[in-house]
Amino acid sequence: MNKQSSLMSRLAGAPYLVWAALFIIVPLGMVAYYAFTDSEGAFTLANLAEISKYKDTFVLSIWLGLLATVICLLIAYPLAYIMAQKGPQKQSTMTMLIMLPMWMNFLLRTYSWMTILEDYGLVNTLITSLGFEPLQLINTRGAVVLGMVYNFLPYMILPIYTVMLKTDHSLVEAAQDLGGNKLDVFRNVTIPLSVPGVVSGFTMVFVPSVSTFYISQKLGGTGTILIGDIIETQFQTANNFHLGASLSFILMILIFICLAVMNRFSDDDGGVII
Amino acid sequence: MKKTSIGSKLYQALVFIFLYAPIIVLIVFSFNSGKSTSVFEGFSLHWYKELFRDAATLDAFKNSMIVAVASSIIATVMGTTAATAIYGYKNKLLKSSVMTVTNIPMMNPEIVTGVSMMLLFVFIGAVFGKTGTLGFGTLIIAHTTFELPYVILNVLPKLRQTDPHLAEAAQDLGCTPLQAFFKVMLPAIMPGIISGLMMAFTLSVDDFIISYFVSGTESQTLPIRIFSMTKRRVTPDMYALSTLIFVAILVLLIVSNIISAHGDKKLSKEKGGAKK
Repeated sequence: MNKQSSLMSRLAGAPYLVWAALFIIVPLGMVAYYAFTDSEGAFTLANLAEISKYKDTFVLSIWLGLLATVICLLIAYPLAYIMAQKGPQKQSTMTMLIMLPMWMNFLLRTYSWMTILEDYGLVNTLITSLGFEPLQLINTRGAVVLGMVYNFLPYMILPIYTVMLKTDHSLVEAAQDLGGNKLDVFRNVTIPLSVPGVVSGFTMVFVPSVSTFYISQKLGGTGTILIGDIIETQFQTANNFHLGASLSFILMILIFICLAVMNRFSDDDGGVII
Repeated sequence: MKKTSIGSKLYQALVFIFLYAPIIVLIVFSFNSGKSTSVFEGFSLHWYKELFRDAATLDAFKNSMIVAVASSIIATVMGTTAATAIYGYKNKLLKSSVMTVTNIPMMNPEIVTGVSMMLLFVFIGAVFGKTGTLGFGTLIIAHTTFELPYVILNVLPKLRQTDPHLAEAAQDLGCTPLQAFFKVMLPAIMPGIISGLMMAFTLSVDDFIISYFVSGTESQTLPIRIFSMTKRRVTPDMYALSTLIFVAILVLLIVSNIISAHGDKKLSKEKGGAKK
């Protein structure tokens, strides 16, 4: 390229660079600023100290998020494997069927589960009409995990499926030619090669699960309060931006640590992850 | 093709039942004549009529459309020029650091993105001594910001696929660099731009979490309206709304599938069937 066009490309990038600095980097700086200051704007560590009160909430959020992610993986992996074996026509239909619920409003999907699981909801109406005792389904941790799995399952299926689709089929054939049986081939070829898909699926389910607040509000009742709920309360009702910012700050750091650990897993030759 | 076993068929059926059960429940009960969302009392279109009488919901829909159209157009124009610039960067460090920053809104939890922007807007408002800075402007800024990475990541691969000599050839033939971009490069990367635009638009319409933190009281979007309605006991008009959304998306998806299938056919004809 000549000089003129490289100057032009630099100019073309300028608006975006300014935008990204103003609305991506500065806001993250604002989170840090609010986290380390009090309402007068003076430096303080009090907000961060207050976080120790929410230690259990952090632990619960990460635990439920991990549980939902692992369940998603267990459901998604066989499905992605089955999909990747199908003909192109069937594959595109199935991909569309998996993506379709994602385009439905996330709040309404979750709300629908609430009406299914309620005390006088669909499942309990069915159970009592069969002559059984109604079950406590709503306002349990199980319901929250169910909501997470339901909402984020497509994010696990699609990356794994995409990676499996790209896998060079001759590798599978080579393994078979070398005397591997079906299980050997699956364990030594298919699984290691699918690790990048698993890692990105894991990230795409784990991050929204850990930080959710709507799912836990609707399906978890008052018994399952997650870190997202606490942050939401600080900003929307309690108006304690400084505490909210410090909680967000810690949440962000925790998630980046988790992601870094995940990426280490995928760099190590793989295979160990499942 | 291999014959699929009964086990795998059953498995697929179960997963799809799981994915569609709540949606079917919504659709069925939107036609319920009674108020219950668990006992079906009879078919009626009552809740659809009710929905179209609800001025606040219609207003929220209009707001959603304004924000989605404005933000997706800004994001597409800025994202496309940004992608062209990033593609042209010779400095590796600059390139990778710009890409890292671009990825932040996709990696960060949405609640943190929403909160961080809210803090920025409130802070700026406080500096200028104004309250109530949150509104349409902040919504459009926030939406543009989280849509930008998706536009850039849709356009960049198309730029990589395009032969860079094409633009040079156009310039040798007397085009200015700007003309070469608009006449040669732009048509070549158009599919990426369009899919980026569509993605930006749907993400904007669907977004709740970020909008929730950066919108004001008079700039409620549809998801925020849904949120405030699901706070109390919901009547089936919400179900009617979701059914309409579902049908609209289904039609959109089918149409876009037909268009892209048609485009593929045209493309493979032009290239003599070289493309899969």
